[in-house]
Amino acid sequence: MEKQKQVQKKQSATAIFFEELSKSSGLVTFLAILTGILISGLLVAFTTVEVYQAFSVSFWGGIKEIVKTAWSTYSTLFMGAFGNPKDIVAAFQGGDALTIRRAINPFFESLVQATPYIFAGLSVALGFRVGLFNIGAEGQIFIGALTATYAGYAITGLPAFIHIPLAMLAGALGGAIWGFVPGFLKAKTGAHEVIITIMMNYIAFKFTDFMINGPMQDPNEYTPKTPWIQESAQLTHLFADPIRFHIGFFIALGVAYLVYWLLFKTTWGFELRTVGSNPNGARYAGINTTKSTVIAMSLAGSLAGMAGANEVLGLNFRLVPSFSSGYGFDSIALALLGKNHPLGVVLSALLFGFLRNGSRQMQLKAGVPIDIVSILQALILAFIAAPAIIRTIYRLKKPDIEEEGVRVSGWGGK
Amino acid sequence: MAPLLELKGITKRFPGVLANDHIDLTLEKGEIHALLGENGAGKTTLMNILYGLYSPDEGEIFVNGQKVAIQGPTDAIKAGIGMVHQHFMLIPVFTVTENIMLGEEDVKVGGFLDRKKAAQKIMRISDQYKLNINPNAYIRDLPVGAQQRVEIVKILFREAEILIMDEPSAVLTPQEVDELFKIMRILVDQGKSIIFITHKLREVMDCADRITVIRGGKVVGSTTPKEADTKKLAAMMVGREVELKVKKTKAKPGNAILQVEDLKVLNNQEQFAVDGVSFEVREGEVLGIAGVQGNGQTELVRALTGLLTPAEGKIKILGKDTTKEKPRFITELGSAHIPEDRQKDGLILAFPVSENLVLNSYQHEPFSKGIRLQFDEIDRNGKQLVDKFDIRTPGINTPVSNLSGGNQQKVIVAREFSRPIKLLIASQPTRGLDVGSIEYIHKRVMEKRDAGCAILLVSTELDEIIQLSDRIAVMYRGKILDILNIEDASKEILGLLMAGIKPSEEMKHKVTKEEQLITT
Ligand SMILES: Nc1ncnc2c1ncn2[C@@H]1O[C@H](COP(=O)(O)OP(=O)(O)OP(=O)(O)O)[C@@H](O)[C@H]1O
Ligand SMILES: [Mg+2]
Repeated sequence: MEKQKQVQKKQSATAIFFEELSKSSGLVTFLAILTGILISGLLVAFTTVEVYQAFSVSFWGGIKEIVKTAWSTYSTLFMGAFGNPKDIVAAFQGGDALTIRRAINPFFESLVQATPYIFAGLSVALGFRVGLFNIGAEGQIFIGALTATYAGYAITGLPAFIHIPLAMLAGALGGAIWGFVPGFLKAKTGAHEVIITIMMNYIAFKFTDFMINGPMQDPNEYTPKTPWIQESAQLTHLFADPIRFHIGFFIALGVAYLVYWLLFKTTWGFELRTVGSNPNGARYAGINTTKSTVIAMSLAGSLAGMAGANEVLGLNFRLVPSFSSGYGFDSIALALLGKNHPLGVVLSALLFGFLRNGSRQMQLKAGVPIDIVSILQALILAFIAAPAIIRTIYRLKKPDIEEEGVRVSGWGGK
Repeated sequence: MAPLLELKGITKRFPGVLANDHIDLTLEKGEIHALLGENGAGKTTLMNILYGLYSPDEGEIFVNGQKVAIQGPTDAIKAGIGMVHQHFMLIPVFTVTENIMLGEEDVKVGGFLDRKKAAQKIMRISDQYKLNINPNAYIRDLPVGAQQRVEIVKILFREAEILIMDEPSAVLTPQEVDELFKIMRILVDQGKSIIFITHKLREVMDCADRITVIRGGKVVGSTTPKEADTKKLAAMMVGREVELKVKKTKAKPGNAILQVEDLKVLNNQEQFAVDGVSFEVREGEVLGIAGVQGNGQTELVRALTGLLTPAEGKIKILGKDTTKEKPRFITELGSAHIPEDRQKDGLILAFPVSENLVLNSYQHEPFSKGIRLQFDEIDRNGKQLVDKFDIRTPGINTPVSNLSGGNQQKVIVAREFSRPIKLLIASQPTRGLDVGSIEYIHKRVMEKRDAGCAILLVSTELDEIIQLSDRIAVMYRGKILDILNIEDASKEILGLLMAGIKPSEEMKHKVTKEEQLITT
């Protein structure tokens, strides 16, 4: 011990650097992602027949096969998400526009996939900041898509610079209504938002089905589909086919900044965060917690609604029954990964977008089931949720956080 | 023989603070060792290090002459060290036995928990040290004092030899404090040893065997109650002479600011916690509400500040009916509230000091313009108040949770006193504060009074009530038994009233004459 201390005193700059970093959660997040990738790699390897075959021949052969499998999995994942660097270089050398677009398409496609994640992640993060668990993002996405579609095809004769914002707002409004209901019920009756939002999800799914099958069905189609939205409502695509990258991505970034500004720079945000951090303290400070709950859920709903609007206005241009994204559920994890901060949400949305897009290629080319990405995401999250595991694995120092006692007063009485 | 516990050169740095600076401390077997020091001196930090919650940057710990490495509470428990936290770590919906068994592996039989065996052991401990604990009671039904005893049992259950108690008396009623001291005596008589932290010098004089004073993270001296007196201790702690009593001029009460008529308030269990209370507080006077904790003071204050809606009766502030008004309305009228539970109500622990200092004025200029918060102004205000109220913090952007208990309290006091107020409702305003800060806050309260503010002071500290009040109302079971002028009040009469007994006229007269000299 005596000696150990001496050694510690003479710690190098790197050691100090790591000690400092370990106190920040950024390193933990990074290591969680890394560990998740490593373990998923092993999982892929151990579900691959070739690995077992190689092991039956020799041990080192098996190990080599594991590395090979993991490598090929992740390299296809990477190329699926960012494009194949070789192809990109070759395409630019060739100079053919279409080939270039094809080569760089994976990267832009990942951004396309990340866009609804940004909206939905912001929705969940905003809820968390106010102490609300918005499981309802998925339903709000559906309703947002529905209202945006309607505004997209029913309103005609508008210039794009009016029609696009209008249709986006329609989506936001639809989502807001879907968020308002659980918010209102929670505030007025104390009904738990988790239950209500889950129920609201089912209603949203069925309601959307009903609308597409009935009132909003395109009369010229035999199968249930809504009419195409007007061209003026379509989110502008920034490149020619096959790149689907559209301005929705920039709208999402803008909205992320807006959420950041609202939460951290305004009195409204101050109130919302106060309610989320300590509802008793908020009441004491004279903040109307009921109002904050309703506003927060409505805002969260509107953000998720924009995710739905973004999908319809930017990609599908009409609503079909199979419109099911799963973005809403993923975004719960995503918001946690992003520490419920708009910037964090954008970053983890990008990660999720890359993973989602890359995994398709992985399935196609490496024959690895797409589920491995879900496992990867789950592992990353598990490690982030339990930083102690990561700290133990990597021998990081525990941060000096005052141990919080269970406060009796906060439990029994409401 | 080596002492039971020895801390050598313990040093702990936090960003911007040297919380412990080469602290040496020894604890002998069978002694009660009091740790004294100003707010932020580093007492809690030192104890957290001993209990393994923080790891020290430098220094060593010896138990029975053996060097021990304490990496976490588990190691501490193994070394025979247990801690009663100031904020209890109990789960209210569990029974005493269940709480004590939490995380205790020994009581498992074949994967199942052996409640009976545990309950028996608890009974045995409870009997041995006269702790009077029912193993089957639910925590939520126990008064604070009993919860604390459960914490003590929990430690003894794990065979601790050294008990650490961080401000154990801060949340207790005077009666409970006396009981606690008796228990502490029994514990040390039977061979346990105790380190305890308090800010109340009289408690130290009453019950400690040895006293160590810490200031600014350093040990400044060690003494015994025989050698020291409260004045000397106070001076050692704060580094200057402290006036333990504030000078008080006679009040010049003006118009009634707060009027309460026949107020009835329900508590969580739908009982009348406040049961028909009437009084008024006038400009330039302090009305003290004395009483044993749990006699309706909490609910009364919550009703007055808009946190609870009264069932019946009327509240008027500055002539306006505020019976059914929300906290915001009442605050905006010019009323300030120092809440009884600082961490639950008064602070947003995760927020920086500067934002906590504008917790109920952020919506006004200059702290915001329209909906935009003005961080320059918020920071300026923060710096100013931190200086003025001597809040010990590394900076205004430090989260309040990183401040020591007493400094958290100062944040609230600073915030409430810095607004233009006409009514101050203060619940336990000096709980957890050191003598220097108490002196400071008492002086500020008197200044506010003399400037014409009406003050309602709720405190379970009889000394505080007697020192500051011009009139004293005693609450008992939701009713005000009597309101006395300070000239007519004495500890004895107040004590009787607090126990629910109305003293006879004759006795009032007698005691008044005898004790008046002492109180004024
Ligand atoms: N987790 C932490 N992070 C940063 N600083 C801290 C932390 N805990 C304590 N400090 C700082 O260390 C110093 C000592 O705090 P400590 O809680 O030990 O004081 P204390 O003597 O217990 O005071 P009090 O009587 O007010 O409870 C204070 O300046 C405090 O702000
Ligand atoms: Mg302390």
